[in-house]
Amino acid sequence: MEILMSILAGTLFAAGVYLILQKQLLKIVLGTALLSHGAHLFILTMGKLNRGKPPILIEGVKNYTDPLPQALILTSIVISFGVTSFLLVLAYRTYQSNKTDMMDQLRGTDDE
Amino acid sequence: MLHFYIFAPFFAALLIGLFAKKGSRIHTGWFVLPVPAVLFILFCSKLPVLAEGKIVQSVANWIPSLDIQLSFYLDGLSMLFSLLITGIGSLVVLYSIYYLSKKEQLVHFYVYLLLFMGSMLGVVLSDNVFVLYTFWEFTSISSFLLIGFWFYRERSTYGAQKSMLVTVFGGLAMLGALILLSITAETNSIREIIANRTDIIESDLFIPILILLLIGAFTKSAQFPFHSWLPDAMEAPTPVSAYLHSATMVKAGIYLVARFSLIFSGTDIFFIIVTGAGLITLCIGSFLASRQTDLKGILAYSTISQLGMIMSMLGFGTGVATLAAIFHIFNHATFKGSLFMIAGIVDHETGTRDIRRLGGLYTFMPISATLAFFGAFSMAGIPLPIFNGFLSKEMFFDASLKLEQTSGFAATFAQWVPFLAVAGSIFTFVYSMYLVFGTFTGKAKLDQLEKKPHEAPIGMLISPIVLIGLVVLIGLLPNLINEPILAPAVASVRGDLALIHLKFWHGLNTPLYMSLIVVILGILLSLTLKKWQPVYNRVPGKFSTDRVYQGLVNGLLTFSKILTKSYMTGSLRLYTSIILVFLVISTSAFIYMTDGFKISFDNLAPVTWPEVLIGSVMAVAAIATIWMNQRIAAIIVIGVVGYGLSLLFVFFRAPDLALTQLIVETITVALFLLCFAHLPKLKKSDKKSFEKLLDFVIAASTGALLTIVAISSHSSQYFDSIAKYFVDNSYKLGGGDNIVNVILVDFRGLDTLFEIAVLGLAALGIFAMIKYRDKGDMNH
Repeated sequence: MEILMSILAGTLFAAGVYLILQKQLLKIVLGTALLSHGAHLFILTMGKLNRGKPPILIEGVKNYTDPLPQALILTSIVISFGVTSFLLVLAYRTYQSNKTDMMDQLRGTDDE
Repeated sequence: MLHFYIFAPFFAALLIGLFAKKGSRIHTGWFVLPVPAVLFILFCSKLPVLAEGKIVQSVANWIPSLDIQLSFYLDGLSMLFSLLITGIGSLVVLYSIYYLSKKEQLVHFYVYLLLFMGSMLGVVLSDNVFVLYTFWEFTSISSFLLIGFWFYRERSTYGAQKSMLVTVFGGLAMLGALILLSITAETNSIREIIANRTDIIESDLFIPILILLLIGAFTKSAQFPFHSWLPDAMEAPTPVSAYLHSATMVKAGIYLVARFSLIFSGTDIFFIIVTGAGLITLCIGSFLASRQTDLKGILAYSTISQLGMIMSMLGFGTGVATLAAIFHIFNHATFKGSLFMIAGIVDHETGTRDIRRLGGLYTFMPISATLAFFGAFSMAGIPLPIFNGFLSKEMFFDASLKLEQTSGFAATFAQWVPFLAVAGSIFTFVYSMYLVFGTFTGKAKLDQLEKKPHEAPIGMLISPIVLIGLVVLIGLLPNLINEPILAPAVASVRGDLALIHLKFWHGLNTPLYMSLIVVILGILLSLTLKKWQPVYNRVPGKFSTDRVYQGLVNGLLTFSKILTKSYMTGSLRLYTSIILVFLVISTSAFIYMTDGFKISFDNLAPVTWPEVLIGSVMAVAAIATIWMNQRIAAIIVIGVVGYGLSLLFVFFRAPDLALTQLIVETITVALFLLCFAHLPKLKKSDKKSFEKLLDFVIAASTGALLTIVAISSHSSQYFDSIAKYFVDNSYKLGGGDNIVNVILVDFRGLDTLFEIAVLGLAALGIFAMIKYRDKGDMNH
C-alpha cells in the first residue's frame, strides 16, 4: 500500500509542477493546491499506513496508528489553506490592477 | 618602541585636521613635516645597533587566539626601507609645501600621505604575515586615494581604479601565499617561517606559494605583465608620484621578494621566474619610455624598467647581485625621486609636462636643469664615478656575468642574461638622454607655454638638491653607506654577514666594456631617435598590456551582462524550471552516488481495493487538471483530489485529518468559485509543443523523484517511531484521549500557536489587499 501511495503522491506532485510551469496565474494557484495535497499524502505515507486503530485512546487497545504525522499534517493543512486563500486574493487583485493574469505580461517594470 | 614609530603617522593623520584650519596662513604641510623628520632621526639612531648584527624588535598582542601579534622587527633590510620611507617622506612633504597651493584640499592630501607612510612602515617592519598583509592593503588603499586626489578629473579616477584593481588582485594572491606559508611552516612569524625553509621547499605547496607570492610582488612593483597601472597612476600630484611611485610603494614588491628570498633563492624556478620577469620588465620598460611624450610618463616607464633590473638581480641570488640590488634600491630612490620633483617643477613653472612643447629651458631654470642632468646621467649609468647609478649598474653587469646555474634550462638562460642586461641598459641610456636633452636643450618654444618659465622658488629646490647631493656623494664615496646600511641589509637577505667592499673603480674589465657599449650604442640611438621612433606604431602597437587590461575589464563586464541577461529574464516560469531541474539533478546524483535507492516489500500495509480505487480516481483527476480549460471543470477536478484525499484519511485511520480536510476543501472550493467569478476564463496554453514537452519532462521527473525518495525512505527505516511515548503519556500527562489533539495543544502546542498566527496574518493580508486599493498614488 505504501508504494502505491508513494506513486500517487508523486503523480499529484508531477501534475502540480506542470501547472506551476504554466503561464496563467490561476493555473499556478491550482498547482500549489495540488502540491500541498501531494505533500500531505507523502507525510502520511512515511508514518506507515494502517498499523492499528485510530489514535484515540480506547480501554484495552494497545495498537494505534502513529499520531505524530497526523498532527504535523493538520498543522500543514491549515497553513497551506491560509497561503492558498492569500494567493487567490492576490491573483484577484493582480488581475484587477493589471488587467491580465498572464505571467509573461506581468514581468517587472520597464524602468528597471 | 617600534610600535610608536609605525603608529605615529596614523595618530598624526587623526590629529592633522585639528591643526589645519581653513584659510590659515600656515601651510598644513608644516605641521606634517616633523613626523617623518623625527622618525628619520629615530631610525638613524638605531643604526649602531644594527651594525653589531643585532635587531630591534617589539611585540604586542592583537588577536592572540589566532596567533596574530603586532610583532615588528627592524633588521638591515627593514632599516634601509624605513630610512627611505621617512627620509624621502620628509623631503616630499617639504617639496609638497611649495608644490601644492593652499587652495587644494590639503588636509585630505596629508591624511592620505600619512596613512600611506604609516602603512608602508608597517609593511617593512612587520614580522607577522597577517599584519604584513594588513599594512600591504593599507598601502593599496591610501595609494588609491592619493592617485585619485583630483577626483574631478576623469583620468585620475581611471588611474586610481586601475591601480586599485591590479594591486588588490596581487594583494589577494599574496594573502593566499602567506596563508599557505603559515600552514606549511606552522607559524605566522616571518622569521620562524624562514627558519623552517626546508619544510617549505620540500612541501607540495612550494610552487603555489612561490607563484602566488610573486604575483603579489609583481603587481605591486609593476613588473611585466602587471606594469600598466604605473603610467596611469601618474595622474596623481607630483609629490605623490615621487614618493609612492618611485621611492617607496613600488619597492614593496621588491621588499617582499628580498624578504622571502632566503627561502626560495637557489631554486631554479625562482631564478627563472624572477630574473626572467625582471629582465623582460627592464627591456620593455626602457624600450617604451622613449615613446612617451609626458615627462612623468617617461619617468613611470623608467621606474618600471629600473624595478625590473632590481628584481632580476634579486633573482640572481648571488652575493654580489644582492648587494647590487640593495645598492640600486637606494640609488634609484635618490635619482628617481629628484627627477620626479624636477618634472613637477617644470610643470609648475611652465604649465605643461609635454616634452614636445618643452625645450631650451636651461637658460631659464639653470639649477633645475643641472640637477636633472645629474639625475639622468646617474640613471643612464654614464661611466663616471661621480654618479651612484653607474656604480650599481657596473655591479649589475658584473653579477650577470658571474651566474653559475648548472641545470639545463636555467644554465642556457643564464648565458643570455648579460645580453638582455646590456640591451635594457642601452634603452635606459636613450630615454635618459631623451628626457633631459628634450626638456632643457634645443630651442625654447615660449609661444607654446602657458607661463613664462623661470626658476623655481628655493623651497621647492631643496629636496631635489639634497637627493642629487646624495647621488654625487654616494657616487664618490660608495663605502660611506656600505657598512652602516647596505651590509646589514644584504646580511638579512642572504642570512650571513659578509661585507663586500664596494669598488670605486673596477679597472679595465668586462663590465666596463659593457658600459662603454651601452654608451656608444646609446648615443647612436639617441641621435637617430626621430628616425626610428615610428617603430612604436608597430611594436607594441596592438599588443600593449594596456589593451589587454582594457579588454579584460570590458570583456568581464560584457560577459557578466550577457550571463545575467541569459537567465535573469524576469520570467517566473524559467526560474521555477531552473530550481526544479537543479533539485532533480542534484538529488538524483546524490541518490546515485550514495547508492541510496532501496525498495523493500517487507513491512507493507496490505493493499485494499477501496483505497486503490480512490487513489486511481485522484491520480486521474490530478492529471486531468492539465487539460482543463473550463473554470467549473477545474474546480470540480481539484475538488475531486481534495475530497479523495480526505477519504483516504478516513481509510488510513486519521479522523481529525479527514474532518479538517473536508472543511478546508469545501472552503477552498468556495473561494475558488468566488475568485473565478472575477477572473478571466482559463485559456488554452499557447505554448509551442517543444515547451510543452519540456514542462512535461520537468514535471514527470520531479514526480518520479518524489516517488523514489518516498519509496527509498520508507524501505530504510533506521529506528522506531517515537509514537509510543505519545500513546503512553497522552492521558497520563496530557489528560486527553485524542492523541492527535493532545499533541497539537499540549506536547507541541507552540506549532499550533504560530499556525494560528499564520492564519491571522493571512486574514489581515487579505483584508488589506481588498480594503486598500490603489487610490491614484500607486504607479502602474
